Amino acid sequence: MAPPPPPAYNQRSPSPSQPSGKGEVSDLKMQLRQLAGSRAPGTDDAKRELFKKVISYMTIGIDVSSVFSEMVMCSATSDIVLKKMCYLYVGNYAKHNPDLSLLTINFLQRDCKDEDPMIRGLALRSLCSLRVANLVEYLVGPLGSGLKDSNNYVRTVATVGVLKLYHISASTCVDADFPTTLKHLMLNDPDAQVVANCLSALQEIWSLEASTSEEASKEREALLSKPVVYYFLNRIKEFSEWAQCIVLELVSKYVPSDSNDIFDIMNLLEDRLQHANGAVVLATTKVFLQLTLSMTDVHQQVYERIKAPLLTLVSSGSPEQSYAVLSHLHLLVMRAPFIFSSDYKHFYCQYNEPFYVKKLKLEMLTAVANESNTYEIVTELCEYAANVDIPIARESIRAVGKIALQQYDVNAIVDRLLQFLEMEKDHVTAETLVLVKDLLRKYPQWSHDCIAVVGNISSKNVQEPKAKSALIWMLGEYAQDMQDAPYILESLIENWDEEHSAEVRLHLLTAIMKCFLRRPPETQKALGDALAAGLADFHQDVHDRALLYYRLLQYDVSVAERVVNPPKQAVSVFADTQSSEIKDRIFDEFNSLSVVYQKPSYMFTDKEHRGPFAFSEELGSLSIGVESAANIVSAQRVEANDQDLLLSTSEKEESRGPGNNGSAYDAPAYDGSAAVNAVSTQLDLVSLDHTSPTSAPSASLAIDDLLGLGLTVAPTPAPPPPPALELNAKAVLDANTFQQKWRQLPISVSQEISVSPQGLAALTTPQALLRHMQGQSINCMASGGQAPNFKYFFFAQKAKEFSNYLVECVINSSSGKAQLKIKADDQNTSEAFSALFQSALSKFGLP
Amino acid sequence: MISQFFVLSQRGDNIVFRDYRGDVQKGSAEIFFRKVKFWKEDGEEEAEAPPVFNVDGVNYFHVKVVGLLFVATMRTNISPSLVLELLQRIARVIKDYLGVLNEDSLRKNFVLVYELLDEVIDFGYVQTTSTEVLKSYVFNEPIAVDAGRLPPLGPASLFMQGSKRMPGTAITKSVVANEPGGHKREEIFVDIIEKISVTFSSSGYILTSEIDGTIQMKSYLTGNPEIRLALNDDLTIGSGGTSIYGYGGSSGSGGVILDDCNFHESVHLDSFDVDRTLSLVPPDGEFPVMNYRITQEFKPPFRINTLIEEAGQLRAEVILKIRAEFLSNITANTVVVQMPLPKYTTRVSFELEPGAVGQTTDFKESNKRLEWSLKKILGGSEHTLRAKLTFSQELHGNITKEAGPVSMTFTIPMYNPSRLQVKYLQIAKKSKTNPYRWVRYVTQANSYVARL
Repeated sequence: MAPPPPPAYNQRSPSPSQPSGKGEVSDLKMQLRQLAGSRAPGTDDAKRELFKKVISYMTIGIDVSSVFSEMVMCSATSDIVLKKMCYLYVGNYAKHNPDLSLLTINFLQRDCKDEDPMIRGLALRSLCSLRVANLVEYLVGPLGSGLKDSNNYVRTVATVGVLKLYHISASTCVDADFPTTLKHLMLNDPDAQVVANCLSALQEIWSLEASTSEEASKEREALLSKPVVYYFLNRIKEFSEWAQCIVLELVSKYVPSDSNDIFDIMNLLEDRLQHANGAVVLATTKVFLQLTLSMTDVHQQVYERIKAPLLTLVSSGSPEQSYAVLSHLHLLVMRAPFIFSSDYKHFYCQYNEPFYVKKLKLEMLTAVANESNTYEIVTELCEYAANVDIPIARESIRAVGKIALQQYDVNAIVDRLLQFLEMEKDHVTAETLVLVKDLLRKYPQWSHDCIAVVGNISSKNVQEPKAKSALIWMLGEYAQDMQDAPYILESLIENWDEEHSAEVRLHLLTAIMKCFLRRPPETQKALGDALAAGLADFHQDVHDRALLYYRLLQYDVSVAERVVNPPKQAVSVFADTQSSEIKDRIFDEFNSLSVVYQKPSYMFTDKEHRGPFAFSEELGSLSIGVESAANIVSAQRVEANDQDLLLSTSEKEESRGPGNNGSAYDAPAYDGSAAVNAVSTQLDLVSLDHTSPTSAPSASLAIDDLLGLGLTVAPTPAPPPPPALELNAKAVLDANTFQQKWRQLPISVSQEISVSPQGLAALTTPQALLRHMQGQSINCMASGGQAPNFKYFFFAQKAKEFSNYLVECVINSSSGKAQLKIKADDQNTSEAFSALFQSALSKFGLP
Repeated sequence: MISQFFVLSQRGDNIVFRDYRGDVQKGSAEIFFRKVKFWKEDGEEEAEAPPVFNVDGVNYFHVKVVGLLFVATMRTNISPSLVLELLQRIARVIKDYLGVLNEDSLRKNFVLVYELLDEVIDFGYVQTTSTEVLKSYVFNEPIAVDAGRLPPLGPASLFMQGSKRMPGTAITKSVVANEPGGHKREEIFVDIIEKISVTFSSSGYILTSEIDGTIQMKSYLTGNPEIRLALNDDLTIGSGGTSIYGYGGSSGSGGVILDDCNFHESVHLDSFDVDRTLSLVPPDGEFPVMNYRITQEFKPPFRINTLIEEAGQLRAEVILKIRAEFLSNITANTVVVQMPLPKYTTRVSFELEPGAVGQTTDFKESNKRLEWSLKKILGGSEHTLRAKLTFSQELHGNITKEAGPVSMTFTIPMYNPSRLQVKYLQIAKKSKTNPYRWVRYVTQANSYVARL
């Protein structure tokens, strides 16, 4: 484990010298032993030197656990520097030496009662850091008194100590009622750091407990109640900048009661946007963005307001800090490019910026390009394209291409792209060819101009497989317009054996086929050669494609034509754009790593570590899994986008794209590979489809239901009893809104009810219940599970009002119990709804 | 919640390593270093690793400070800004204590650093980063190292170079170290540091320009007196919503217009709107009082003229001309002019102006770059460099597309293009001795580029 120390090191700094082997450690052991009992003057100094050596070995990864007992023996000292080193050592090795750790308990416990609060705090911290399960009994007492200590340092240490204890033994911690004590401290302690630590500890503890304890999940919800949130907000300036971030993260999850509430909070936090610490500013930004989600105008003003502070942070910190802020700015620009369209100059690259910063900036420039600034942006990008920095030159060319693909007036840009080809730099030519190909797929009308220039490129100067494939594709596609196409292809085929990329060889086969179908006499020989070479190819795909073409031609040339060269529709959207589902989830996780990685947290974090973001994960995974499994971009989602004025028009294009194209098999691609990933990970989590034994029709029916779309499948509607509450029979709610509301609203009804035996009998698949509930105007958002446990998320809407009810229902078919959690926009009617829901459920299975 | 914090040397060995939560494997430092060292972008191009990345579910955060890597690891999804700010802050706190931050001082004082780390973070949660608060928890005396050998941390280090007016040792003084003689010298440093970015088009027209400024403070005053800092009366903030990128404003019309600014949390802005005065009780150690950003037009300190001409089939000539457009009582130092040359350049012969002193030239064969260093440039002076290039292959296309742009780095003490000023620095203290006050200005090139 230890990295071998460089030999030069010893001469460079003699102080913590590197050991050559085990000898040194046993030497240390001896020396420590000699000093342990000594009371001679100067002993402490000698001990300090030895301790230092031990710690330095520990740092570089040398195992010094063998001197554990000697260290403990030496620890009887009043020298605080020695004590601290000893604590550090013990904390590091106790876990692997549980028996020896017992030796330390004595002196740590004694120190916990020292009259110096510093010693008390240090000892208590070390005691809690031992991480040894069978020593927890010794922790409870000192922790209890630590929480009551008159000194704030000891109390801060004790509050974190409770969390440490929880991680060693949750039950000990809960049994000692420490969470309650923390809650009391959180709401009453005069010291802000104690309060902040209580909040952090309780968030962690209650989140982990929530899965098993109803009470804990209530407590967790209570943290988001108005009194608690306002208590924190009113003290915000007492907190350190780091603790402010924790508080602000909490506030961002708060659901305001009305617009006054919103403006009060925003006015109170306004000056946080002028903080020099970027983390505080971003946390405040998140609060502002989340609070105003439902107020389109104000939301847009928030964008305008946060622009300047974020730009200042980008230019004032270290490159690392500005990268973190820039990533967030990037996200905002992507969501609302038009708000930033006049700030484009801020996104120009500086020559000394690292690649990761430049890349973000190029994407932002691409996004904000519109009619008024495109000329300047493209001019700037062309400068980078000529740059000596090759990766940036490539990215810049791609950026120009993307701008061309997203604009309607591409005339000037096409000219620029074609000029790139004249620069005669191989990497520039390569990137440009790929772009010209994409451009032609979207705007076939430009083929004339492009082909003329592409035709002049010598294929010898194009080596990169991607670029070569692009060139070959164009040769095949526009064979009739390019005089030399058959001959260029022919010469490429002659060099078949030197072509290392299978991708290129595949493209060659297709291109020569297309060429042959248009200009048979000129191409016949080359086609023959290509097929022969392809059939002999060692690469399976190449071989198979050659064989396919060969047999197609043998069978019927006109069929081959239809297969190889069908009439094409121009591509309106390319498949690599991220789905808006994913984008919204990243936005929900603003001010987290999700933004930097450009992925929602479930894609890179295991469930237990999602921390404060875990609230909606389970629900999220259900609904995402369902949607992408269904391979549909739901109509509702497009509508939702329309309402969201902050989405750019181009983005709306994207979500409509598949519908316009009308080709069914294109659809899966639009959800993006990310979504496909999501399915595979999420299915494991919730075992969505396991219950239905792959019967296609029923599955698709179920999926319709899952999305609340299948209103047509309404079964015989049992006449409902005269309800106190009327539900909208055509309620619609998209998954995003559901998710957001589920996260924000408090639980208003939570109870366990019994399910009738007939109901249980009918519950053979989760889908059975869906149709039944739908008949009662209660729609399903998502469902999953396997006997005996079924889980559902339902929603319903009040008739004639836009007031929603959300239900989580977990049915255990063996115990016959159902757990209900109901959340409602209008809390007053939640009981009435609950009664209605239960009555609907009780009729399930009745004939 | 931070799992581990460690500092790695340039060679990748641990100088300090602190595990806070025990949920990330011990070998993380090695995994991290290998990843950073051989970072690949898109699987092929070698590039600088981003400050945050994820390997097997572990998130690695790092910042580079004086060649050292300050790293934090964790499994949770956390605010990246928070961690990166924290890493930077930890470096600054350590520097406050050690006086000088470099590999040597860290190695000598690693026990002190562990003391700090114990108090800064507990079980992954930040407790305090205040140099002042931490004082009561730190018992090790810093072991001084030779300050001259490695460049110290922070923008104030600019004052170390050249200028004799500044007491350079002060900024390498630890906040806890006692002066020989027992008494502490009462002094306070206020530095106005401006980093400027300018891009000139090929015709010399200014395409973009920006000033990123900081008012940096370092206080060695005892008793934490309140301080009042008055800035220009004619200072305005925000471009008033008229023009978002304010190039229209005439530069002669007086007022200093900040696009935006932010402040350290200790700063009170009660009277800022009225009389442009900041009041604060400065905490110990070095910290930025205020950061500001200006896109208002300003006169760039240097004009760059570049001419590149073909001279025969395998030859070309470059003429670089630098003119210093500031007052003659001001001197820029450590000026470096760089220019990428066509990649088939094999040889360059330089010709400096007659009588040139303190100038060196170099052709960096590996990345085909011309480098011209000038120790000093006096205000109002002009310098020229001629370079004859020899190529290994014939030119095709436009030579200006194969070379450039020209970039420049420099430091100009006692000069700030924004004209932002500290009018006075008032210390509210009834002490007999008047503390030393140092208000210093310096301008540095951030990205100073002229296109061909």
